[in-house]
Amino acid sequence: MDIRAQVSMVFHLDKCIGCHTCSIACKNIWTDRKGTEYMWWNNVETKPGTGYPTTWEDQEKYKGGWVKDGDKLRLRLQGRTEGLGNIFFNPNLPTIDDYYEPWTYQYDELFNAPEGDDQPTARPISLITGKPMDIEAGPNWDDDLGGSPIYASNDVNLEKLTDHEREQLNEVERLVFFYLPRICNHCLNPSCVGACPSGAIYKRGEDGIVLISQEKCRAWRMCVSGCPYKKTYYNWSTGKSEKCILCYPRLETGQAPACFHSCVGRIRYLGLLLYDADRIQETALADEANLVQAQRDIIQDPFDPLIIAAAQANGITTQQISAAQNSPTYKFVKKWGTALPLHPEFRTLPQLFYVPPMLPVLGKMKDGIYDSSAVEGMGQMLNSLEKARIPVRYMASLFSAGNEEIIKEVYRKNIAVRLYKRAQRVKDITAEEVQQALAIGKTTPEECEAIFNLTSLPTMEERFVIPAMAREEAIEQSLDPYTHKPAAGFGYREAPARRF
Amino acid sequence: MGWIQDLVDPKSRRWEEFYRNRWQHDTVVRSTHGVNCTGGCSWAVYVKDGIVTWEMQQTDYPLLEKGLPPYEPRGCQRGISASWYVYSPIRVKYPYIRGPLLDFWRKAKAQHSNPVEAWGSLVQDEQKRKRWQRARGKGGFRRTTWNEVLELVAASTLYTAKKWGPDRIFGFAPIPAMSFVSYAGGSRFLQLIGAVNMSFYDWYADLPNAFPEVWGDQTDVCESADWYNSNYIVSIAANLNMTRTPDVHFISEARTNGSKFVVISPDFSQVAKFSDMWIPVKAGQDTALWMAVNHVILKEFHHDRKVPYFDKYVKQYTDAPMLVELSGDATNGYTAGQLLRANRLAHYAGVENGEWKMLMMDQQSGAPKMPKGTVGFRWGEKGKWNLKLEDGLDDSKIDPVLSFLDKHDEVLKVGFYEFASKQQMLRGVPVRYVETAKGRVPVATVFDLYMAHYGVDRGLPGDYAKSFDDLGPFTPAWQEQYTGIGRETVTRFAREFARNAELTGGRSMCITGASLNHWYSNGLAYRGPINAMLFTGCCGVNGGGMNHYVGQEKLAPQAPWATIAFALDWTKPPRRQQSPTWHYVNSSQWRYEGDFTEYAAVPPNAKFAKGHAMDIERDAVTRGWMPHYPQFDRNPLDFVREAQAAGAKDDQAIIKSAVDQLKSGKLKFSVDDPDAEENWPRLWIIWRGNAIMSSAKGHEFFLRHYLGTHDNAIAEERAQGKTKKVIFREPAPRGKMDLVIDINFRMDTSALYSDIVLPTAMWYEKNDLNSTDLHSFIHVLGAAVPPVWESRSDWDVFKAFAKAVSDMAPLAFPEPVKDLVAFPLMHDTPDEIAQPQVLDWTANECEAIPGKTMPHLRVVTRDYANVYNRYITLGPGARTDGMSANGVQIHTEKFYDELLQNPVAVSPDPRHMRCVEWNGQKYPSLEDALDACNTILHFSPETNGEVSHTAFEHESEVTGLPLTKLAEDTRGVRMTFFDLTRQTRRLLTSPCWSGETNNGRAYSAWTMNIDNLIPFRTVTGREQLYIDHPWYIDFGEHFASYKPKLDPHKTGDIRLSPVDDKSLILNYITPHGKWHIHSTYYDNLRMLTLSRGIEPCWINDKDAARIGIVDNQWVEVYNDNGVMVTRAAVSARVQPGTCMIYHAPERTISMPKSQVRGGRRAGGHNSLTRTRINPLQLAGGYGQFTYGFNYWGPIGIMTRDSHAVVRALEKLEW
Repeated sequence: MDIRAQVSMVFHLDKCIGCHTCSIACKNIWTDRKGTEYMWWNNVETKPGTGYPTTWEDQEKYKGGWVKDGDKLRLRLQGRTEGLGNIFFNPNLPTIDDYYEPWTYQYDELFNAPEGDDQPTARPISLITGKPMDIEAGPNWDDDLGGSPIYASNDVNLEKLTDHEREQLNEVERLVFFYLPRICNHCLNPSCVGACPSGAIYKRGEDGIVLISQEKCRAWRMCVSGCPYKKTYYNWSTGKSEKCILCYPRLETGQAPACFHSCVGRIRYLGLLLYDADRIQETALADEANLVQAQRDIIQDPFDPLIIAAAQANGITTQQISAAQNSPTYKFVKKWGTALPLHPEFRTLPQLFYVPPMLPVLGKMKDGIYDSSAVEGMGQMLNSLEKARIPVRYMASLFSAGNEEIIKEVYRKNIAVRLYKRAQRVKDITAEEVQQALAIGKTTPEECEAIFNLTSLPTMEERFVIPAMAREEAIEQSLDPYTHKPAAGFGYREAPARRF
Repeated sequence: MGWIQDLVDPKSRRWEEFYRNRWQHDTVVRSTHGVNCTGGCSWAVYVKDGIVTWEMQQTDYPLLEKGLPPYEPRGCQRGISASWYVYSPIRVKYPYIRGPLLDFWRKAKAQHSNPVEAWGSLVQDEQKRKRWQRARGKGGFRRTTWNEVLELVAASTLYTAKKWGPDRIFGFAPIPAMSFVSYAGGSRFLQLIGAVNMSFYDWYADLPNAFPEVWGDQTDVCESADWYNSNYIVSIAANLNMTRTPDVHFISEARTNGSKFVVISPDFSQVAKFSDMWIPVKAGQDTALWMAVNHVILKEFHHDRKVPYFDKYVKQYTDAPMLVELSGDATNGYTAGQLLRANRLAHYAGVENGEWKMLMMDQQSGAPKMPKGTVGFRWGEKGKWNLKLEDGLDDSKIDPVLSFLDKHDEVLKVGFYEFASKQQMLRGVPVRYVETAKGRVPVATVFDLYMAHYGVDRGLPGDYAKSFDDLGPFTPAWQEQYTGIGRETVTRFAREFARNAELTGGRSMCITGASLNHWYSNGLAYRGPINAMLFTGCCGVNGGGMNHYVGQEKLAPQAPWATIAFALDWTKPPRRQQSPTWHYVNSSQWRYEGDFTEYAAVPPNAKFAKGHAMDIERDAVTRGWMPHYPQFDRNPLDFVREAQAAGAKDDQAIIKSAVDQLKSGKLKFSVDDPDAEENWPRLWIIWRGNAIMSSAKGHEFFLRHYLGTHDNAIAEERAQGKTKKVIFREPAPRGKMDLVIDINFRMDTSALYSDIVLPTAMWYEKNDLNSTDLHSFIHVLGAAVPPVWESRSDWDVFKAFAKAVSDMAPLAFPEPVKDLVAFPLMHDTPDEIAQPQVLDWTANECEAIPGKTMPHLRVVTRDYANVYNRYITLGPGARTDGMSANGVQIHTEKFYDELLQNPVAVSPDPRHMRCVEWNGQKYPSLEDALDACNTILHFSPETNGEVSHTAFEHESEVTGLPLTKLAEDTRGVRMTFFDLTRQTRRLLTSPCWSGETNNGRAYSAWTMNIDNLIPFRTVTGREQLYIDHPWYIDFGEHFASYKPKLDPHKTGDIRLSPVDDKSLILNYITPHGKWHIHSTYYDNLRMLTLSRGIEPCWINDKDAARIGIVDNQWVEVYNDNGVMVTRAAVSARVQPGTCMIYHAPERTISMPKSQVRGGRRAGGHNSLTRTRINPLQLAGGYGQFTYGFNYWGPIGIMTRDSHAVVRALEKLEW
């Protein structure tokens, strides 16, 4: 047993409003510099849709993540015989067209245009060439484009649907979209780390945050190809790859990452998980249908004295253990099982989990008249798994490597929470109906209350249980904090730059 | 997994400092965004190296009561991109003037030592004037200095006031709540010089006319936390994700708590994603759906079965039991008329204001009784204006009879006109007879009339629906043809909605957005769902009610703010203009249409509802219903001087002279001949807004008639011969405005088209206050850095204007002068009982009596030399006249005197207040924005507990109700600007607002009325189902009803525009967008990057395929009003037959030239719209139908009724 601490995340998609405040919080602070214009460490996608970079989920095209090769894992990027010997060959990199060509506008025309016979206007110009350009793609190009014949219809996850089901998603009866915010998953088994020939990428010991050393990076860009989520990016100005750093300077000062803090839908949760690093390989090698359960299993009970002892033996502090015990992500992921990893079949063991969204019940169209096919009876008025607008198979493609039963379990439980709470407030649901919903949802009144409380009522402090980072101890390893204090901010070194 | 090791080695990790250094910053300052979005979010602005770097949300809002989710964080994608603006390439850093004007001005100055004369020499030279007008919007800006601009501003202001009158000078800034003091600076300056403030809320079509109609209130809604208290939430034509971004979490949190959420929206909108049930109603047909909902509710919850809660509610809080007089005969049927008035009965013949007191039938006595709380009690004896069910004469109890179904004298056939089928339905209504001075008259209750109006079968004879499947109005089956929604869905929805209200005591709620209000019959669209909520007791209940969120209309500390903003401390009355009617008239858009009945449905044989809207608008002005400036065809300063010269000794004589001359025709209202040169607006000052693009319905007509520059409209003029009263001049004047000044921090469309652009402080560079209706906190805009480059705060800009005008005043007005101000009959004053009938003095139907049958006339003094001194000090009127808001009067002497104790101090301070002395007199200071902020906080019942207590004392006297208890617990609370920079604070319970917020209770409209029996500010004092203004009866809107959607062939948007098989005519919808707040942020690179670099035209996939358009292809969108060029976004989520361009793009960004309009630069979204007015909404002189600034009048509607042609752009040309 090798117990380690991982800062993990839950995004509650039922609450996501697709506003992108998170994206800009991040952009303003981290990627508003030369070479980073096209980077969106945090982005939000409309689903069904093709995302950013376009169709990133298509590993036939991009070859990211791990594949199970017999009883071993290997990077999809490398064939059986390839490997470090082939590092100059990186054919699966997304191109700038897969992202987008960043642009600005000729704003100065509006001030400086000489008097003419028509109104000046600020044309778009490329931030790469400086010349006027036609905007054909952007970091959020298919925003809200549910029902788009080009984007929504080409979502990779729709491959699991029948032709009829796919067509229906463009009809008023089933038309639907929802949002998928994405940041680096800070995986337990990160393929970016596995792919980096320079050893520049590492997981931090104290919190599991995955970082690319701006000192060691040598621009191989294998991390870009290797990450199946396409969450590392190459900075063409500094010649270093960069990625989400989970705002560690904020975490280290007890503040949630900027995208978490700014999340106005209040969808985000952050907390510590304790996991058994000895079991990473077996977890990542689980059969597809079992991947979600395997990921739950690797997370350890922070109240278990054996786990606590093992954690302490590994140098995990009492404060961290306490944070793990209070962790909201532990509840969603492990205790309630309602938050699921995104594309577990990539086998990187992502530490960002999603609660799938409730969506409106489907309708029926007859002779130009639309009727909502809500199930009958006041007790059933709220929602229905059976009449959900989007097929369970689609959600299973996103969140459970195709295991539909896991998706259904999540929905049944979340529907039970709603019915239970409604029965409390409005007497239009019978006790029998509630009992039935609880039984189907495999839940209890106590659990419903707990899920409700953490979903509806949490303060910032309850959503973000930030473990103490023991900064003095980290600093102490290189410099006595007493000496560091007066020197803090004066710096060790220069900013990353091309040195070749 | 050998190579994946956790790393703790400190040396390898030293580089981590790179990102740590970026995170470091020097200071964090609280501010917010002065933008019209309702967010009212408190932000932390980060400053590093003296430069604003980024912003994050503040997270220190006090919690509300236990069990409610917290508010924070508040802030959206747009707000968090604001820091981009501060140093951006679109930032206005210096003053600019367009070249031709600057050259003329400098030459004129060289020729004239008196700058006032220099300006005169320019505007009198028509060639020169045309020259700089034609250049508007076409480049050629030159950097200039503040001093040069200030001299020009002062010269043009004084010249215009002297030559034409100060009421030819106009200022426009929207929505003060987003930055109170920035608005107040401009309006204070304007009012001190006698100029005119333009309204905004109605102009944006944000004003829901149904709120004045039903509640006598501009708008009042619950804060977003109260959504969470609801168990059944319906979103109608609202897109909460787009527009209420920081509040939407309450919806998902309520859903987890078991609330049902229904979204009624034509497109699968962003908020539909949250719904349990999405109802894709056809665009603009919501009213039909709600008519059927009400049919179901009345049938099943008021007839088949009585719900005690509903029954009690409608009796006490609505006009449902009130008696309506019927007239007519058995052969042709009866019609419902006005409410029966108490003075018609012998028993009440002598009561005060008996014409304005109504009656209910009392169960016990079997006789009509006169309940308290009606408008006659409001403006009469004190202490009886309340909702106790007691007789106003003898205090006896009243047990109101809701229906005469069980006990009636007769069943009469009453006519109900159905507009869609144009049929008169005759339906039996149970009546009782009442003896009046003029004999026995049949009366029915409002309730029984509504039962008949909705066609609810109660076994009475006539055209009643036999079942919900009956196709007659207004059944679930009937509505299918309009809405496209099945009867089963509608019936089910109605039952769920009402049943939920029954079980929860009214916790069913509707949330509406602009889209519903932007249709022609907006009042009816709202009264449908409002009826549903009144019949189910949902209004005035936490978790229930009609919640219209459009525009940040709630400036919480209204009373002291209004005093400062409209300079009421120095001079009254202010000149405040209703903008929709003003633009309809002055931008000459009335010339482009015929009679309004060409497109609007009115009943047959209407007396008032006919003719050209321009003529009706003229009548509304002469009757005192609507304001109109310029007032008269003469300079009001000249008029007074001439009247005095002719012997008028005092103000009364001057006014009499004006009345006489108006009667004789020697003096004319400007509105009689708006295109005559002496009636034009001349100067236009725009600040905090985008008056020429974002809100300019009929933008191209603005360019033509206001600015005199190029435009892309091809519409034909059609009013000639149609107006019978208003003069149609030929040719239409082009370029009415002598000078347009824009005060801005971005070079937006309005700036680009103005003559002068002045740099103003951005929101992170000034001190100000902010509040909203979406939450109940007040907080600040704070200066994180001083105004950058040469920018100044709005307060300081107008202070500089005031100084320049005062300094130059001796050249034009060496002495104070008298001004004659005309203004309409006003809401929340005794004017509410001025006109029981609709009469026209110009047609000799009545006497011309100012303030009664015609506008008020008042003589005031303008002291131009002291405009500056007055600007920077709080005048004595603030002490003697008190302050008021929403009809509540506050005595202020002691609070004013407290301020006079402060020293005359030099430096402004966020904590300390101070005084200023001039002419040997000491006044409270308004010299700095901080002084203004603290003065507002000091006098406001919402931020000073003692003021609240004082105001409740007065309210207790007025109503006879014990109300001071509401302010006891917070009596000691005070707030200063400094306090608010430390933390956002919750507003106190105040009689100026209708919701009680003590102990963390969520604010919800009318809860204070319902809990305490405080009347509504309507004719009946109740929530009004029935509107008995003769004007409404004539227009057929006395009942909530359905009027058909306008026929695009009749509105005339597409008469001359080419349409072929490569183009489609689509209903052009402009909902609020995701990447901008109106036009603000539209030019922000962050937002443009996350969208498509442009605001596309959204079009249905099948529609697009029909005309060969693919996603991201360039398209032209055009009609006779103008053209826009953009790219297509193709999606099945858009309803076929419609296209959407989210409001409001700028034509400054990425706008190619139009091919259908001859290669000229295409325009913006408002290039396709036009200003029209619904004359119904001119109604005045009667209860809640009296004028209030941004409270009542026609709105800038019909944006949703616009149609446009869409086709592929043939050639992309820049």
